[in-house]
Amino acid sequence: MVKKEMIAMLLAGGQGSRLGVLTSKVAKPAVAFGGKYRIIDFPLSNCINSGVDTVGVLTQYQPLRLNAHIGIGIPWDLDRNIGGVSVLPPYESNDSSEWYTGTANAIYQNMEFIENYNPDYVLILSGDHIYKMDYEVMLDFHKSKGADLTIAVMPVPLEEASRFGIMIADEDHRITEFEEKPEHPRSNLASMGIYIFSWPALKKGLTALKDQENLDFGKHIIPYCRDNGAALYAYEFNGYWKDVGTLNSYWEANMELIDIVPEFNLYEEYWKIYTKSEIQPPQYFSADSVVDRCIIGEGSEIYGQVYNSVIGRGVTIGKGTVIRDSIVMNDTVLGQGCEIYKGIIAEGVTVGNGVKLGVGEEKPNDTAPHIYNSGIVTVGEKSVIPAGVSVGKNTVIYGETTVEDYPNGYLDSGSSLIKA
Amino acid sequence: MRAIGIVLAGGNNHRMAELSQQRAVCAMPIAGSYRSIDFTLSNMSNSHIQKVAVFTQYNAGSLNRHLNSSKWWDFGRKQGGLYVLTPAMANENSNWYKGTADSIYQNLGFLTSSHEPYVVIASGDCVYKMDFNKLLEYHIDKKADITIVVKDMDPNLDISRYGTVQMNEDSRIVGFEEKPLQPKTNTISCGIYVMRRRMLIEMIEKCAEEDRYDFVSDVLIRYKDIKRIFGYKIKSYWKNIASVEDFYDTNMDFLNPDVRNYFFREYPNIYSKVDDLPPAKYNPGACVRNSLISSGCIVNGLVENSVIFKASYIGNGCTIRNSIILNDVYIGDGTTVENCIVESHSTLQGGRTLRGEDRLKVVVEQGDRYVL
Repeated sequence: MVKKEMIAMLLAGGQGSRLGVLTSKVAKPAVAFGGKYRIIDFPLSNCINSGVDTVGVLTQYQPLRLNAHIGIGIPWDLDRNIGGVSVLPPYESNDSSEWYTGTANAIYQNMEFIENYNPDYVLILSGDHIYKMDYEVMLDFHKSKGADLTIAVMPVPLEEASRFGIMIADEDHRITEFEEKPEHPRSNLASMGIYIFSWPALKKGLTALKDQENLDFGKHIIPYCRDNGAALYAYEFNGYWKDVGTLNSYWEANMELIDIVPEFNLYEEYWKIYTKSEIQPPQYFSADSVVDRCIIGEGSEIYGQVYNSVIGRGVTIGKGTVIRDSIVMNDTVLGQGCEIYKGIIAEGVTVGNGVKLGVGEEKPNDTAPHIYNSGIVTVGEKSVIPAGVSVGKNTVIYGETTVEDYPNGYLDSGSSLIKA
Repeated sequence: MRAIGIVLAGGNNHRMAELSQQRAVCAMPIAGSYRSIDFTLSNMSNSHIQKVAVFTQYNAGSLNRHLNSSKWWDFGRKQGGLYVLTPAMANENSNWYKGTADSIYQNLGFLTSSHEPYVVIASGDCVYKMDFNKLLEYHIDKKADITIVVKDMDPNLDISRYGTVQMNEDSRIVGFEEKPLQPKTNTISCGIYVMRRRMLIEMIEKCAEEDRYDFVSDVLIRYKDIKRIFGYKIKSYWKNIASVEDFYDTNMDFLNPDVRNYFFREYPNIYSKVDDLPPAKYNPGACVRNSLISSGCIVNGLVENSVIFKASYIGNGCTIRNSIILNDVYIGDGTTVENCIVESHSTLQGGRTLRGEDRLKVVVEQGDRYVL
């Protein structure tokens, strides 16, 4: 009989709409990060490094890129005879066929997958956090406390606590109460969205609440566990953990990688982060290039000047082009003589010669100021920006644009130009 | 594909000096993130040769580590695969390989148990791209017994360390000399051959009976008048790593955008073992000019006209010029390195100057490393 002590279920189906055009065609977990990775590489690498070799990845929104990236799990050593990685999309059945309507509903619809492995514990992860964590240590904590549910928490500054789900625990780390985004937080322990359930407890909750609409862990399953006398414990994590749910936090998390000794250090020998990499050649710098405080992925060719930026794989940066405080993702080609300030440029973008991004006055974005702010210029994947145009701040460009789209060759700050 | 592949990777070369003390020539690092055998293996994989044997003998440690999975070149299949064959002890024979022909003889089972009609034999120490299907087509078209890949070299170049061939108008090889003192032509053999599998078995068995061990002198040169041996001339990039200078020049060739495009951007790809290193990082003070930098490096100093391999650390105020820094090298603050090849895993303490004066200097220093 197949038996796995703990299997992981990774929630990767959400859109991540606060990343704007970055997630128009890809699910958030498949968005590029840190020069060569995708966000989902972090939980997947954590799994294999923690000895969790069976992972179900729940996909729903725009899964193609994610499916291609995960494949059969070779980069993470998750190609196993028994276990390994399985991609679990919603499916049709005799009596029902529905999308995943909530995080816990997605797990409920895949109970059979879990049962196949006879697990004692189920680890619930989400595919949109940047961190390194040993789930085995968390499991040891869970076992030693005799918990039914362990929630990973991290201390946050009290003034920020109202943005998170807050756990209130006693000295024994037992959770006595919790509140979702409280106005007046009574604790600074924020839930990281990482749970270990003893499988019988999770199964009981999922079965009891199966008819609940939009069945969600935070809103339904965890309250149900508490109300039914389950033992809930908070596992305190003090390492680096970053939610990259918004454009600004995504930008910041990337920029933190280029500190001299970054808080989140990718250069340590142990706890490697794995990713699928088909591009392997070294990167080339021409005789008149300049690099200062940046990280750059494989196979990129730098003929211009790069300051304080994160550059992906297979990127070409033309002669005379100056890039500052920006993120450029894989296979993007930047022409000659461009100036780019605080841009997030997605994969496969073509930028013509002499283009200026992120210039002029700061104005709020006209369509989605809650997404496009902080002065960032966001360019969606495979977009084309014609030569010679200038673009202001808090702007978004997506699709194959031509000179006609830029009145007088200038896209004003706060404008949205979406053609795809 | 109707052929199996044999990669000859057993040789040592004293002209590689210190560089071959740690590894076989076939495992020499090339172009920042590859090793020389990657080129032959990728060519075979890309030509759909599915069953490939690598014969190794000399100092095979780092080569074996590199070949620890056949996945990297897409060979790990139910049909075929990558076989690494080292000399083995048996009842009747416990010899090392005495030569290239002997290495094939000692592993004759690889040939006799296959069913593909042709064999492609290639050495593992060359840097090139080739579609072996085209070579095989040519071989069949010419009704040849053996086809050898040849290339015209620059007449000013010293080619006395290659095998040189003379061909008639029909491309049939009429003269073949191994390492001639006075070459009659500037056409050299690239060490890549195709022939029928059964004929190779016959010839190798005959060689063994006569106590002959070398494939070039005892098979190709002896049989050149009896068998129809043809030359298949290539004009594309081909370099053999046979000396420290070759090694240096070949790596420096990759600073040329045409060479990089040919190998890295044009189809098909060259594959190598994936190391899962983070992106290269450039801290304040870094300045990189006309150089290649591989993943996992951390650069704090000046790098000019150089090739830096994987996971090396270059300290503050360093100057690296016209040099090759191999994998996992630590260079302390304020070090100057010029015209050098720095061996893998070396640790250079800070503040020193290492300079190759009139010729390249090979630096091998295994010291204690300050751990970051």
